Amino acid sequence: MNILECIINNASVKIPANHGIVLLDFLRQHEHLTGTKEGCREGDCGACTVLVGELQGDGVYYRSVNSCLMPLSDVHGKHIVTIEGINQPKELNPIQQAFVNDGGTQCGFCTPGFILSLTGYFVNNGKFEPADALQAVDGNICRCTGHTPIKKAIHHIVDSLKNNSAADGTFLSYCVEQKILPDYFLAIPARLRSINTAPLTDVHIEEEHTIVVSGGTDLYVQKAFTMHAEKIKNIASWRKSIPITEDENTIHIPGTTTVEEFRLSPVVAKYFPELKRQFECFGSTPIRHRATVAGNIVNASPIGDMTCLLMALNAVLTLRDAGSSRKIPLRQFYKGYKLIDKKYSELIESVSFSRPKSVTRLSYEKVSRRQFLDIASVNTTMVFEQTEKGMLQCGISAGGVAPVPLFLAKTSEYLNGKMVNGDTLKESLRIAQTEISPISDARGSAEYKRLLLRQLIAAHFMKYFPGAVRKGSLI
Amino acid sequence: MKNFDSEKHVRGESQFVDDLPVPEGTLYAHVFYSRVAHGRIVSIDLSAANAMHGVAAIFTAKDIPGENQIGGIVQDEPLLAEHHVHFIGQPIAVVVADTALNARSAAAQITVEIEKLPVITDPRDAFLNNELLVPPITFELGNTNAAWTQCDVVIEGIAETGGQEHLYLETQGAFAVPAEGDAVKVVSSTQSPTAVQRTIAQVLNIPMHKVEVDVLRLGGGFGGKEDQATPWAAMCALASSSLRRPVKMILHRQDDMRMTGKRHPYSSDFKIGLKKDGTVLAYEAAFYQNGGAAADLSPAVLQRTMFHCTNSYFIPNVKAVGYSCRTNLPPNTAFRGFGGPQGKFVIEAAIFKAAEVMKMDPFFIQKKNLLKNGDEFPYGQIAERCQAVPCWNLLEQKISIDDVKRRTADFNSANEWKKKGFALMPICFGISFTNTMMNQASALVHIYTDGSVGISTAAVEMGQGVNMKIHGIAQRIFSINAERIKLESTNTTRVANTSPTAASTGADLNGKAVQLACSVLLDRLKQFVSEQLQQPDSAKIVIRDEKLFNDGKETEWTWPRLILAANGARISLTAQHFYSTPNIHFDRETSKGQPFAYHVFGTALFQVTLDCLRGTYGIDAVNVVHDAGKSLQPVIDRSQAEGAIMQGIGWMTMEEIIYNNEGRLITDALSTYKVPDIHFTPAEMNVHFLDSSENPFAPFNSKAIGEPPFMYGIGVYFALMNAVKAFRPDVTFPVIAPMTPERALCLLYKEVGTLAPSLQ
Ligand SMILES: Cc1cc2nc3c(=O)[nH]c(=O)nc-3n(C[C@H](O)[C@H](O)[C@H](O)COP(=O)(O)OP(=O)(O)OC[C@H]3O[C@@H](n4cnc5c(N)ncnc54)[C@H](O)[C@@H]3O)c2cc1C
Ligand code: FES
Ligand code: FES
Repeated sequence: MNILECIINNASVKIPANHGIVLLDFLRQHEHLTGTKEGCREGDCGACTVLVGELQGDGVYYRSVNSCLMPLSDVHGKHIVTIEGINQPKELNPIQQAFVNDGGTQCGFCTPGFILSLTGYFVNNGKFEPADALQAVDGNICRCTGHTPIKKAIHHIVDSLKNNSAADGTFLSYCVEQKILPDYFLAIPARLRSINTAPLTDVHIEEEHTIVVSGGTDLYVQKAFTMHAEKIKNIASWRKSIPITEDENTIHIPGTTTVEEFRLSPVVAKYFPELKRQFECFGSTPIRHRATVAGNIVNASPIGDMTCLLMALNAVLTLRDAGSSRKIPLRQFYKGYKLIDKKYSELIESVSFSRPKSVTRLSYEKVSRRQFLDIASVNTTMVFEQTEKGMLQCGISAGGVAPVPLFLAKTSEYLNGKMVNGDTLKESLRIAQTEISPISDARGSAEYKRLLLRQLIAAHFMKYFPGAVRKGSLI
Repeated sequence: MKNFDSEKHVRGESQFVDDLPVPEGTLYAHVFYSRVAHGRIVSIDLSAANAMHGVAAIFTAKDIPGENQIGGIVQDEPLLAEHHVHFIGQPIAVVVADTALNARSAAAQITVEIEKLPVITDPRDAFLNNELLVPPITFELGNTNAAWTQCDVVIEGIAETGGQEHLYLETQGAFAVPAEGDAVKVVSSTQSPTAVQRTIAQVLNIPMHKVEVDVLRLGGGFGGKEDQATPWAAMCALASSSLRRPVKMILHRQDDMRMTGKRHPYSSDFKIGLKKDGTVLAYEAAFYQNGGAAADLSPAVLQRTMFHCTNSYFIPNVKAVGYSCRTNLPPNTAFRGFGGPQGKFVIEAAIFKAAEVMKMDPFFIQKKNLLKNGDEFPYGQIAERCQAVPCWNLLEQKISIDDVKRRTADFNSANEWKKKGFALMPICFGISFTNTMMNQASALVHIYTDGSVGISTAAVEMGQGVNMKIHGIAQRIFSINAERIKLESTNTTRVANTSPTAASTGADLNGKAVQLACSVLLDRLKQFVSEQLQQPDSAKIVIRDEKLFNDGKETEWTWPRLILAANGARISLTAQHFYSTPNIHFDRETSKGQPFAYHVFGTALFQVTLDCLRGTYGIDAVNVVHDAGKSLQPVIDRSQAEGAIMQGIGWMTMEEIIYNNEGRLITDALSTYKVPDIHFTPAEMNVHFLDSSENPFAPFNSKAIGEPPFMYGIGVYFALMNAVKAFRPDVTFPVIAPMTPERALCLLYKEVGTLAPSLQ
């Protein structure tokens, strides 16, 4: 495939596929769509937010994404929507009008990003709730208004749309009717279907210097200015159609599953209903729309949230190398800072873990400087079976306290078979301190991270053994 | 009232510097800066960089035709480092290439050899080494030495506040186009078009009339583009005039964060003396300001710290000393509040500590000492139209503080791991540039023959809504359709010798100038019509909603007809007017005078909940009574107030600037420097505007809004302290801001000490 074909707003566009740049630069420099702004190029401000529409069933599903992190090579077969693409010719749409009425825009630099994030929310949902609509802008930062006026605007929009939302479930036509979208959107599904898309079935990485890109939410942050010259292999669509599944013994997660797909997965919800809410603390909505499970693992960041979770669950990776594949437990995958047990040509095809039992308990804790859209200072997950004989199959992982995502082997081992009381808690907290080696950095001093991990392990216990944690034993 | 700017913003149609279509042949500039915080430049090697693809030229100090100088108050800062470097991020060379990417890649090939010199990052260290940017400043009222003996309680302590990144969403940038001869036109994202113009003239060694600076709008400024937008514009102008090509530079966020200064961190000593009943009799403070490597605006910022060192309280005996300390950090600069917040924090810390010792509620001491009409400020001005008590009382009417206290205590006794806290925060903020000469503005108003109106002023629109406020003033005077009026870009050839848009004075000063210019035009037009209608008294001519009334009766005349006829009769449809704030003065020698046109007052109540297991927290409610005068644009003023409060909250909580000992910024990206997001907004925020006051010093009795509400944010710190104390009533704590989750947890578990297992 030498030509990428997509629709940008109302225009069908063909792009030579050798463009290594990110979507943001293409939109601003080549298409002169300057309503999409550059604020940080690292996914942390949302000024560059656009909507990416993809065929899904009969319709098109729109996701907000950070165009500063999305490789242009990923636009094929998609509908890219910028602020210019949702403007009505003369009047303001209801979202825009609410921002004006409530003082939700001051300097205006962040504003198109907010409007698009919200548009994405309204286009994809039939039922509107203020809390969900607020969640949709968790990737947008406004330095001027401090968000309170924006919050008011969002409440007003939701109120005005709430009671008459799409009765027949066709959100697209409802949004067109409400003037949230211009009417050319109605023809987009058919136009996208006419673009030839061949699913990526098998991937071979032949050359060592090829960079495998999935969501790009790590790669483009670190290498924004060099990536354009690299040879990249985009695998975002690899095995994309396969959802998270379960069989008798095992839960299977395809490597390219996005964090948002994981968060909303019915299988995940069935066993760990709390994770849906807790994983709102993973990046932001647009980051989660792109970030993948495999990317989180291979990135080998000591504070990866997905890695922290999967490590406690004792997940196993399936690595595919051309025709062959092998399995390796996640707990053995990390060999040193950013060193992993993987050849350049191996790809994570899937991740699996044992199907939780009725006695399986999970506690996930993350503290960061800012609760949302921030990397953890320390995160930790505890998984165990709560039985009359005490804790069984205990696994505790911890991030931010070592050069690698850490499995607290000794602490977990100690707790196995123990009844939990104040003494076992205290001893486990002590052992945990011997397993970690945090360093001081922007996310906290080494001392803080030690203290914080202690507190968060105590927090795990507090959820299931509230009596065991006493103020006196922590001070 | 329609907001034309907002309507463009929500459609993504507003243009910022980086959005302007560039002419063919435009080149892109990238700055190469020092990686060493202090040292002597031994050599610079540009050869590898020069050989890179697309490079047009590389400029260093020796390529500057004029003066290599950008210092405003003190001439102590080169545009490009020549012999020495004084901070990491100090520009050394400007690489210009065909694309921004090529310029960046080439810059990476530059090597410099630097002989390292000792690095100072702490203001008290700088003070001990006698590294002061300007001589110390002293403010004195009464006699503190004599007062201590009359006090029942005297408390001393230290209070510290951290820096703050402006994080204007639009990074710094400029775009220069060569004009005829050796002239240059520059589009800059600056709050100070004239400073940019003057500096470029100086750097290029050409007269100011050859430099045209144009500013359409800024994607946020907050003070960060008052002095520090200048270098990038000057670099573009230098490259553009030398290469005779348009040159654009937009800073990447990380470069912006590394190269530019921030809010000044302060470390301060305080001593406060009170009577048993809570009356504050005496207060002393010594402020050690971390100025960074060059003066920039630090002396003026420090001065405002002194002006606001007693916040909203009357204290009869005060002595404050301020030291502007030179360190090897990027020169710190203006930031909303301009030193005021740092001054206020220290008196609040002193009151908090006094309350702790005296076993009183801090709000009791706060309330007891609020300023009243006739009270004297430490700088000699007498409080007039003082709204400190009315604001406090109205807040108490709306929410009973005793009630809040009781409910907080009830919650805290019922919950072991969650604690609530609350605090009040009154503010008083003086309006005017404290440098009296800067309190001037002018406006140029054209009425075109089709009846449309174009207004140029010195004010720069950066989100604070000054354009719409001025728009409203003109509309009110002419009484014509809003669509007829347009605010032009801020341009040094249309309005000259401008003061920066800063100190919250943009709408006051420029609004007054516009009010005067429009009134002149209106009088001129009325005079003309009265002759046409043979009405001897032109005051009987009134324009209302585009129609002309003569002695109360509607005439055939409408605005378009009037304008066309006036033009036909050769009446000038242009007016220019000037405004300078009357009756203000300040003597720097004695630190006494009447520096402010007026003061803005208000009181806020903060309520928070602290998770004492994790050290994390949320803000339950912020309730404010704010004295906004008669707001010109209530939607804008409310949004300003709410935004400022949140920025203040950020400064006091999660926003933390960390430099390491070598002077390298650790929090140099949005992934490590966190500002409040939508989830961190208070669950409830109510800003009530006091309906009051006449204020002859701003148009139509309005009041400045930009900065004052920022300082309410200080209240969140003391509310969190209050919650910490609920968990640890036995312990006293140092007063160090920001209260990050890290600091909160470390306070809660103060004695845990090191958890690292011993090596034996
Ligand atoms: C603003 C922002 C916020 C973030 N917040 C969080 C957070 O809260 N918690 C957190 O854990 N992370 C966070 N991240 C990091 C990042 O989003 C995650 O690590 C994400 O899971 C990476 O996935 P990706 O698909 O985008 O990876 P990519 O950037 O595409 O790739 C990362 C690495 O993985 C490799 N790779 C990707 N897929 C495969 C595969 N299938 N097989 C083999 N190798 C592969 C790539 O070659 C590359 O080396 C954040 C990032 C940003 C920009
Ligand atoms: S530019 Fe900030 S998120 Fe993309
Ligand atoms: S309006 Fe300026 S950043 Fe949001």
